[in-house]
Amino acid sequence: MSGVASGPILQLRQIVKKFGDFTAVAGVDLDIYEGEFFTLVGPSGSGKTTMIRMLVGMERPTSGDIYLHGQRINEVPANKRPTCMVFQSLALFPHKSVGENIEFPLKIAGVDPAKRRLRVEELLTLLRLPLSAYGKAVQQCSGGEQQRVALARALAFDPEILFFDEPLSALDFRLRKTLEKELKDIHRETGKTFVFITHSLEEAMVMSDRIGIMKEGRIVQVGSPGEIYNEPSNKFVAQFMGEVNTLEVETADAATVRNLADGRTYRVDRNLDGFERGFLIIRPEVVKIGELARGLANRIEGTLFNDYSLGSRIQYQVRVEGDGVPWLVERLQDEPFEAEPGASVVIGWRPEDGILVRD
Amino acid sequence: MAEAMAGPTSPPWHAKAGAWLRQPGVLAALPTTLFLSIGFAGPLVIVLVYSFMPPRTFSMFQAPTLVNFVSVVTDSYYISFFWSLGLSTVTVVLLLLVCYPIAYGMAKLFGRWANLVTVLVALPLLISENIRLFGWVLFLLKNGILDGSLQALFGLTIPSLVYSVPAIVLGLTYVYLPFMLFPLVIGLSMVPQSLKEAAADLGATRLQIFREVEMPLAMPGILIGAMLTFILTLGSLAESKILGGQAVVMIADDIESAFTYAQNWPKGAVLSVLLIVFSGVLVFFLFRRIDLDRIIGRR
Repeated sequence: MSGVASGPILQLRQIVKKFGDFTAVAGVDLDIYEGEFFTLVGPSGSGKTTMIRMLVGMERPTSGDIYLHGQRINEVPANKRPTCMVFQSLALFPHKSVGENIEFPLKIAGVDPAKRRLRVEELLTLLRLPLSAYGKAVQQCSGGEQQRVALARALAFDPEILFFDEPLSALDFRLRKTLEKELKDIHRETGKTFVFITHSLEEAMVMSDRIGIMKEGRIVQVGSPGEIYNEPSNKFVAQFMGEVNTLEVETADAATVRNLADGRTYRVDRNLDGFERGFLIIRPEVVKIGELARGLANRIEGTLFNDYSLGSRIQYQVRVEGDGVPWLVERLQDEPFEAEPGASVVIGWRPEDGILVRD
Repeated sequence: MAEAMAGPTSPPWHAKAGAWLRQPGVLAALPTTLFLSIGFAGPLVIVLVYSFMPPRTFSMFQAPTLVNFVSVVTDSYYISFFWSLGLSTVTVVLLLLVCYPIAYGMAKLFGRWANLVTVLVALPLLISENIRLFGWVLFLLKNGILDGSLQALFGLTIPSLVYSVPAIVLGLTYVYLPFMLFPLVIGLSMVPQSLKEAAADLGATRLQIFREVEMPLAMPGILIGAMLTFILTLGSLAESKILGGQAVVMIADDIESAFTYAQNWPKGAVLSVLLIVFSGVLVFFLFRRIDLDRIIGRR
């Protein structure tokens, strides 16, 4: 939770948004703290875009309240809020130059041209754009430059909160990675509250102080990237991060659970009091194969039938009798293991690496 | 180039011309070029030649003279010119005010009902303009439909509303409405909603959004609509004759009577030339300001 300076700047209480019969947001409570980088993550249709549009003032909640510094702002329109959004499409004005785009909010507010010019130059510098970009047409800018112009424009009138509606989603992988890190730098340099939305948990992990996971109009978990990764509150959050092995299990005795698919039992490092049924989540990178699995408390035998290179790691698919879904196993490039598809192999993991969730 | 052509190895000029003519682009353009030369440029040249002929002659081969140009000023034909310019300007301004809200609705608000509005606006174009204008005369006439209805229902009588300048403006506005409306619809639908939301989010009021974002981005449509209606009204004839009676003489009126009743072709030609040159210059400067390719490419 680094970067969290003080109390909540934005508070949401029981926010509901309906469009006709469709409920886009179904009762959200959330506090966003001053100075933090908060990211809302969810698949498309999870209500995250509707959420951010309500926070910016482009939609009104059907019920519930939004407080900014303790003041209820439900009815305050977007142009009266001290917040700003970077659009998914960036929404740069095509008939204005880079400089005119950036100074637009200042011109609207009646700031005189000389002061506007100074502020634009300050922002161009902050965003690592050359001062000569001032007169450039926005359509002649590259994708990365357009991102920076959109961010500079949003920062121009010194908003208290900056919202981002998936602005990086249309970029290629390398540029996205660069801009993710730059965005984090700019967050630190400006000290502003950033609220970002994305469908990529990976992107959220790189940038955020805290992450909220949305599903079907609700927030299912809020926590630091570490908490989301290590202690997912349910199957949805665990699977959202990436490929995982998911077993539907029930409690067998005080320290083991039984896989409902094939009846095998596995040790877990957790108090099972009150746990009857749920899911055991095991990430591929904690499952060891071959010699590496020797001596581990949970071991099963299976047939290797596929391997894939992931660069620094190698992933295997292992079929276990009785379990319909193949297991995913990974090893580092330099860990010893040698086998051809079709070979019989042993896989295993430590009890503390299994994550138990109820739903 | 000139030196190379003079060189002993360069082919003769007729061989070069032949090669140029056999290019596919030139060949394909040939029929259109011929058709436009005969059907479009030819008549214009004839009108231009007649404008330099002595008054009341029907021959194109007399010694050229500027008498007709001088008589435009001395015989006060410039008055009908100014009436045309004035009425066209008023009509274009009125059309902008009337059509902008309708176009906005069609582009942004009406959804599938926009098609119905399109049909309703376009339907009257299937009826002859003169018949529609006579309809207005019957409607506005003393003891006409409007006056008669008011008398029957409320016992009110109103003076005749036809044969006046406002009646001409009404007729012009009514007849040329589609030519303003449809370009405006295209212009306004080229303005992305997200840009207006972004402007609002950056603090702009409705008026500021209109001035800074919507209007500049819709400007190609606005300019095309204004230009079309301005030039059409400048050359209009029926409105001033049918709805205006003898209230005002517009330039097209003068041109028509010079060619027909007065049998003075050079006079009609000179007025036509002035009108064409004026419209041409206007179009030229407007098209330098707007990028037509962008409009067509984006739709």
